[in-house]
Amino acid sequence: MPEHRGRPRRPMIEIRSVTRSYGAFKALDEANLSIDEGEFFSLLGPSGCGKTTLLRMIAGFDTPTTGSIAVDGQPMDGIPANRRPTNMVFQSYAIFPHLNVEQNVAYGLKRLKLERGEEKRRVEEALAQVSLTGLGKRGATELSGGQRQRVALARALVMRPKVLLLDEPLSALDKKLREQMQVELRRLQQAVGITFVLVTHDQYEALGMSDRIAVMFGGRIAQVASPKEIYQWPVNRQVADFLGGMNFVNAEIVEEDEASLTLDTLGFGRIKADRPASFERNGANGEKATLGIRPERLRVLWDDETSAFQVAGTVVERHYFGEITHLVVEIPGLEKPLSVTETNDFGADDIPVGATIRLAYDPEALVAMAD
Amino acid sequence: MTAAAEGSAPLAASPPRRKSLLQSESVQGLALITPTFLYALVLLLLPILVVIAHSFWTQHYLTIDRTFTLENYRIALTEPIYRDLLWRSLTISLVTSLTTVVLAYPIAYYISFHGGRHKGLWLFLITIPFWTSYLLRVMSWKVILGYNGVLNSGLMGLGIIDEPITALLYNSSSVVITLVHAWAAFAILPIFVSLEKVDRTLIEAAKDLGDGPLRSFLRVTLPLSAPGVVSALLIVMIPTVGDYVTPKLVGGKDGMMIANAIQAQFGKASNWPLGAALSVTTMIVVTLMAGAAVFIIRRAARLAR
Repeated sequence: MPEHRGRPRRPMIEIRSVTRSYGAFKALDEANLSIDEGEFFSLLGPSGCGKTTLLRMIAGFDTPTTGSIAVDGQPMDGIPANRRPTNMVFQSYAIFPHLNVEQNVAYGLKRLKLERGEEKRRVEEALAQVSLTGLGKRGATELSGGQRQRVALARALVMRPKVLLLDEPLSALDKKLREQMQVELRRLQQAVGITFVLVTHDQYEALGMSDRIAVMFGGRIAQVASPKEIYQWPVNRQVADFLGGMNFVNAEIVEEDEASLTLDTLGFGRIKADRPASFERNGANGEKATLGIRPERLRVLWDDETSAFQVAGTVVERHYFGEITHLVVEIPGLEKPLSVTETNDFGADDIPVGATIRLAYDPEALVAMAD
Repeated sequence: MTAAAEGSAPLAASPPRRKSLLQSESVQGLALITPTFLYALVLLLLPILVVIAHSFWTQHYLTIDRTFTLENYRIALTEPIYRDLLWRSLTISLVTSLTTVVLAYPIAYYISFHGGRHKGLWLFLITIPFWTSYLLRVMSWKVILGYNGVLNSGLMGLGIIDEPITALLYNSSSVVITLVHAWAAFAILPIFVSLEKVDRTLIEAAKDLGDGPLRSFLRVTLPLSAPGVVSALLIVMIPTVGDYVTPKLVGGKDGMMIANAIQAQFGKASNWPLGAALSVTTMIVVTLMAGAAVFIIRRAARLAR
């Protein structure tokens, strides 16, 4: 756990009912958000959801149509990008092609008129932070994609901003490098303690690096929570779907109180699930709800093994993925077959298509969602 | 098996290789430039060689003495009249090209950064003056700058001056004014192209790192558009040194340039060798000046970092 967790939370960025319209189109609609000091915060969503618009408004490249943004308690209205305590890592990295690595990193320092030695020391320090020591004299055009990304990071970090904004910084890298950079970014953020705001459309990136995530759709913030919460207790089907595979089962609300929901389903029978704090009944169809369960939370029961909570069905498809096998299981009474992800250490990859199997589930893993 | 295959490979590979040589890109490229190359050889390189040859010969009334001599170059370089004319030509061309670039840059910048959807229209409008003949455009400057011209009548009508200013026409500044107008489009286009290539995210990055609009222009936009500025400068500078029509029409006595002297040697004075020597000298000096300009700009760009 990052060390800042122990300290009292202090908001670093406050976004109050910010809307950005382009004519009749609302790129961002009444966004409210508070990001804490030292937090690694991700804005997650599909393209066009308004996440980049929001990031650019924090940086000062775009202005809210209505609403206000404050950074470190200071309202940012009318303050241009060059006078904000934020720095950005651009999606294309925006490395100055006419300057070498050192000059790129020192770009923002030149204006501060530091002593020669001090400037050099800070550049060296920033290059060391991103493991680029010794590459200072390299030309900007002679760098690999990963190195360019590191230069962009160093160039922003050397300014010691209060907030570092990252616009899909890993999307241009190949899979292996991307995974390595995820770990490095997280480590770097914990080492420098600066508030990071990351924009991404990759749910694994957001889940793996963030302290908290805001999931956005169509200009609206759908849910703000920790990665675990977002993954396990998504507020609606859209969020659940965006964060990976989820089986949806139609359900009817039988009983509702503060803490729990009692639902009737065809395949799983009557279920009593925790009532998510954000649960809201669908206006038009008040009795309808959705019950969700992640494919990896369903477990194949072998031989005479039994469980208090189980369903039986027929395997209709089997997909092999090396360390896991993906089974599609038809359950009598369910309108859609269930997806099941099982690790291959017990031989799930040998279950033949057509076999009848039993699946165990943990009732805690069942999540009730608004339809 | 392997050895046999390797041994026979060159034999088997040779016919298709010859075929691919004919189809190769370099051969196709050569085929494409051959007509232009032959044209340039016959109509550019050969005449230049003839001029260079003449510059080492001597004119004897109607015949040419073909014994090698450097006398023409001595005259070209030491006679005050030719030195002055060459010097004036260089000054006029330098002033013209710098003024043109300084005036063209904001126009190119405006079209590139604020042209929006109308960039094409703007560029089209810039080419409109070229729909008329160059002579007509020079003559119209005579109408504007002349003794009873538009400018003088206008100023007198407004009561700003009592009698026409004679300093407007028939001197080197009228040559500069006319040339700047004539070459503006040739400077705007290369600068526009290089500004179009500047990644706008880089300017945002400069702002993000603390630069205001002026600083980000000087540190990012200007250096990155330097290639366009250099080409604009050269495109204007090189042909204006040897311009002949403009000084003839609006230059008067004080606006005469080296090309007028060269024309006189090949025409009335009928001294081709001297004319040739003056031409070659001018060519060499222009090459040196263009090289110096490129060098200075590159140096300045490096220092600006």
